[in-house]
Amino acid sequence: MNSRPSTASPPADPLRRLPLHDLHVAHGARMEPFAGCVMPIHYTLGVLGEHRHTRAAAGLFDVSHMGQIILRARSGENRDAALALETLVPVDVVSLRQGRQRYAFFTTPSGGISDDLMIANLNTCLYLVVNAARIASDVAYLRERLSAHCTVEVLTDRALLAIQGPSACAALSALVPMVAAMRFMDADVFSIDGASCFITRSGYTGEDGFEISVPAAMAATIVERLLDHASVKLIGLGARDSLRLESGLCLYGHDLTADTTPVEAALEWAIQPARRVGGARVGGFPGSEVILSQLSHGAERKRVGFRPDARPVREGAALFADATSNAALGQITSGTYAPSAQCPVAMGYVPASVAHIGTRLFADVRGQRIPVTLSDMPFVPHRYRR
Amino acid sequence: MEIRYTAEHEWVAIDGNRATVGITDYAQRALGDLVFVQLPTVGSAISRGAVAAVVESVKAASDIYSPLTGRIIEVNAATVSDPSLVNSDPMGAGWLFKIECNDTSELTQLLDESAYRQIAQ
Repeated sequence: MNSRPSTASPPADPLRRLPLHDLHVAHGARMEPFAGCVMPIHYTLGVLGEHRHTRAAAGLFDVSHMGQIILRARSGENRDAALALETLVPVDVVSLRQGRQRYAFFTTPSGGISDDLMIANLNTCLYLVVNAARIASDVAYLRERLSAHCTVEVLTDRALLAIQGPSACAALSALVPMVAAMRFMDADVFSIDGASCFITRSGYTGEDGFEISVPAAMAATIVERLLDHASVKLIGLGARDSLRLESGLCLYGHDLTADTTPVEAALEWAIQPARRVGGARVGGFPGSEVILSQLSHGAERKRVGFRPDARPVREGAALFADATSNAALGQITSGTYAPSAQCPVAMGYVPASVAHIGTRLFADVRGQRIPVTLSDMPFVPHRYRR
Repeated sequence: MEIRYTAEHEWVAIDGNRATVGITDYAQRALGDLVFVQLPTVGSAISRGAVAAVVESVKAASDIYSPLTGRIIEVNAATVSDPSLVNSDPMGAGWLFKIECNDTSELTQLLDESAYRQIAQ
């Protein structure tokens, strides 16, 4: 047996142990390094069972490895923090209302993506959640570019939980009844046992659910209280990855990189009219020339979904027009077996000229050409509470 | 029948010059839930150390090496239609393939149980 994971990279620093480490071990987690942290990959239920449980009931994830950042305007006006942040993202932050959250990405001068993130307007500040592997560079970048107008505070004393699935609302509202009134992408601050918690109705599974930022000292207590609800089980990062991929959601460093633009990545929907040509605050973000031009004229390649025949096709597999050609058309960026769709699924980049639903291509899996069919995403329907 | 092991977490049940091969309980735990199994072609020749089969979990694909040189004489197609057999009964119903061995001296290079236990901790 020799595993060929395509995503491992050696950590540069000693591994971080997060606040819920002991709780995971006590619940039978298999702990492995991930993005510089020791994280639960799966529990005794296993990846397949955990994936299915999340779609059937409620999955509770520890995502404390992710970066939580508070951006606060020095003027005291939250609008000034939004205006400042708009210089780094092609997203309309200014009209993000109090109590709302929005998906965004930092762009590079050449139009690539240096990280994707969530931005919530918590009235007195903006609350950002960034990818674990990008925390240090994102924070350095925010401080370098925004310090004249904003303070940038990294919340190292908080854990981040996600509860996802059709029973997530019932389970969380047992602790915080008010969350039942929230809609998809609402964001607010609530008290749980006196602790200030930032709760958003969002997630990374395609299911209804919430992300909950809690003081580290309270995290284990809140997890155990959520686990008291019969429908809730702990879910590891293995199922988190298969759930997000099955839902067509991108993973930074794989489906999105500094070499992929938002238009190539099919994320045009996240660039609101205010930042486009003809909008009130057109451009003004890194790489705006490239990105605005691609919004008008299209990009030469596109991120698309695939349904491989018969077997999983993994990240890095080259894509070909036929079973014998040697000229690769593109590449798979994520691929797995989808436990709920019950078939292999993948996403990757292909020339726009072939990016049509139903196109048949071939993925090279170590010399074997596996037929793949270009497919609509998500692979299972989203079930957000809009 | 005698059971031997490889450092790559395969078990080899030896019956004369014939051997049944599968992955150990340690291996199936490490891999997690399997979703795909690819087995060699019956009748094909295989060398010791060559990739004989592929098993895939949700998160990764893993090669299964042939522990012996010889010819594939039988495969367990049940694991292809139900890969979870390898997780639920790795040393029984989840066996993968059988080899007719060319050179029985290769058998002496396999690990006995106590040697394997030291690796699989």
